[in-house]
Amino acid sequence: MIERGHHDMGGLPAGRVRRSEHAYEDWELRVDALMMLLIGVVGESRRMTVDELRKNVEALPPADYDKMGYYDRWVISLTQTMIQRGVITTDELARKLAAVQKRGQTSFSRRSRKSERGQKGK
Amino acid sequence: MRSVPLYAVGDRVRVRKAAPLGHVRTPYYIRGHSGVVERICGAFPNPEELAQQRDGLPAQPLYRVRFRQRDVWPGYRGGAADVLELEIFQHWIEP
Repeated sequence: MIERGHHDMGGLPAGRVRRSEHAYEDWELRVDALMMLLIGVVGESRRMTVDELRKNVEALPPADYDKMGYYDRWVISLTQTMIQRGVITTDELARKLAAVQKRGQTSFSRRSRKSERGQKGK
Repeated sequence: MRSVPLYAVGDRVRVRKAAPLGHVRTPYYIRGHSGVVERICGAFPNPEELAQQRDGLPAQPLYRVRFRQRDVWPGYRGGAADVLELEIFQHWIEP
């Protein structure tokens, strides 16, 4: 059995907590907005619960979990939940991702990547 | 539809030592520790069931339980009166 979930790290040794605020990327704001719509905080759709979000975040492979940022985990988790709930299929998702990739870079993705580099430099 | 609260404010309770699969809200570090019920927060659908696309009913009473920090953390160096409060669902509690 799994004695302790990888995410369940309360009390384990860790580095300092950075208390400073930071700006969010546009895509992160979009993921947040999407989540608010899907759980029905905004609107009436109620396509999922926050508990399903947590379940699928906690199910991420530990190495991926550690690499990902907060909203990286959210977007993977809510996509997984939409597949589990039958809102989208894996096939639809794969085709859409391929189509978006084929479309090439947008000004949005270029901007996000640039600020990612900026963050790493700090 | 809600479960009847089995514990009252001031009761000494123990958090179950369990390691199930799925999404649970009881942190690992507090499992097996004892504290005192500080208040009853109400009753809420069971998040473990909500995480699996079920309705989580009957709603589970949720307790705010007060633990002594030095009971929870080995070698705790803070004040002897320091406490930690956590909200724990009834099904994670035993007398």
